[in-house]
Amino acid sequence: MSFEGVAAQLLAMLLALLGAPLLSGWVNQCRAWLQNRTAPPLLQPFRMLHKLFWKESVIAHDATPIYRLSPYIVFGCMLLASMIVPTLSTNLPLAPAADAIALVGLFALARLFISLAAMDIGTSFGTMGARREMLIGFLAEPAFLMVLFTASLISNSTSLATIVSSLAHRELTILPSLAFAGVAFTMVSLAENARVPVDNPATHLELTMIHEALVLEYSGRHLALLEWAASLKLFAYSCAGLALFLPWGIAEANDHTALLLALPVLAAKLAVGGFLLALIETLSAKMRIFRVPEFLATAFLLGVLALLVHLLLGA
Amino acid sequence: MNALTPQLVNLFASALLLIAFAMLAQRRIVTLINLFAAQGLALVGSTVTVALATGQTHLLYSAGITFALKVLLLPYILHRLIRRLNVKWDIETLINIPTMMLVGIVLVVFAFNLALPISEFSRSIARGTLGIALACVLLSFLMMITRSKAVPQVIGFLSMENGLFFAATSATYGMPMVVELGIALDVLVGMVILGVFLFQIREQFDSLDIHHLEKLKDE
Repeated sequence: MSFEGVAAQLLAMLLALLGAPLLSGWVNQCRAWLQNRTAPPLLQPFRMLHKLFWKESVIAHDATPIYRLSPYIVFGCMLLASMIVPTLSTNLPLAPAADAIALVGLFALARLFISLAAMDIGTSFGTMGARREMLIGFLAEPAFLMVLFTASLISNSTSLATIVSSLAHRELTILPSLAFAGVAFTMVSLAENARVPVDNPATHLELTMIHEALVLEYSGRHLALLEWAASLKLFAYSCAGLALFLPWGIAEANDHTALLLALPVLAAKLAVGGFLLALIETLSAKMRIFRVPEFLATAFLLGVLALLVHLLLGA
Repeated sequence: MNALTPQLVNLFASALLLIAFAMLAQRRIVTLINLFAAQGLALVGSTVTVALATGQTHLLYSAGITFALKVLLLPYILHRLIRRLNVKWDIETLINIPTMMLVGIVLVVFAFNLALPISEFSRSIARGTLGIALACVLLSFLMMITRSKAVPQVIGFLSMENGLFFAATSATYGMPMVVELGIALDVLVGMVILGVFLFQIREQFDSLDIHHLEKLKDE
């Protein structure tokens, strides 16, 4: 493990911590513009976090340690997840420790704890939210794994850093399997990040909320950590999508000029991606919860098709 | 002919397969027709690519016929048909789309395995896509089996023809011009006859649900 690798890893961590709320703010801003509302300032998520961190956190009498511990575990999982996804450089010392399958595992661990914490208090909203979250999670996970397997088969490795460097540095080939996988990935990330066709991140309407129902009981610094973790998750998913499907611009090991160039490239890609996300959210209507299995089954199907097409066409 | 050509054909083939799946899961008749037009467009794209790459000029003509017939004329006729039958906003009650998707996946695996040894014999640049063409045909079959309304069945029939046409171009650079013209005319005439047929069904049963045809008896 070289000094440079550690520096790159720390840089990626800082970028994730600061970039994630910025990305959420940008998506909110785009959504407000598209819906003809006055947009909140770009730094609004930071102000929100600042406010919440200084507030007292109220905890129910019946809460067990799981309830107190969960925000930290969820935040840690999401931070680690956004650190093993290559954002600026593929030279990450943490990358050998966790491959693409471990990434899915990290998301699953966070989901488990947030659901346990939501059920811990015993309110009906928390339980309902936890059940819905688990339903969506167990349908989205296989689809996400299929997408990752397709990329792994193409580059013969499940390590994200290796996938990115082999995808970014090959001659231009059209890979239909990756196109299928890209559509599947978009659907999965919409579902996993509680975005509009599946869940509305801005709602507090009791019967439809999923993510909001999970964090309903939290306040103060715990809520701040959970909000930050949610934006980190969006950041990690966006970066994973960019790394798999638009890997150009991510620096190789020991390539300093590319590393300097990687940041503006990433910012531009994230800005366009965030705008497209806001566009999808504005154009589509939220589905009934019983339609979600259909939606995610389609994502799984596309993932399997991607694998099959890769095996048939070798591309 | 450069290295990009087979990849482009593969891309169009994948689009064809994707649209076949989308048609399988689509409930609205209007969207179904638009998907059919998009499938025709993908077919035209792949035919033109093969034609330009191999210098087979007759494929260009057949691409032109496909474009005129399957992207412009047939969707127009179908749109007019559903407007006059008043089924434009009909939504078909499909039961259990996920199960149908899984059956579709099994069909795709079957088709790919079946086509793999056959495509070894072909020397066409797009021979790998024979499996996809076969899968499209089978998926259209599945669509015709699972639908109960008459118009989606007609669309399934037409999309099956798309799959067959794609199989012909991908495996053997297309059929002779006479055969292709004949098939194009057949599809057109078939479409007209089916259109008349649909009106007759509705006249007789006041509905386009073909389950009524099962108990056809003298009364």
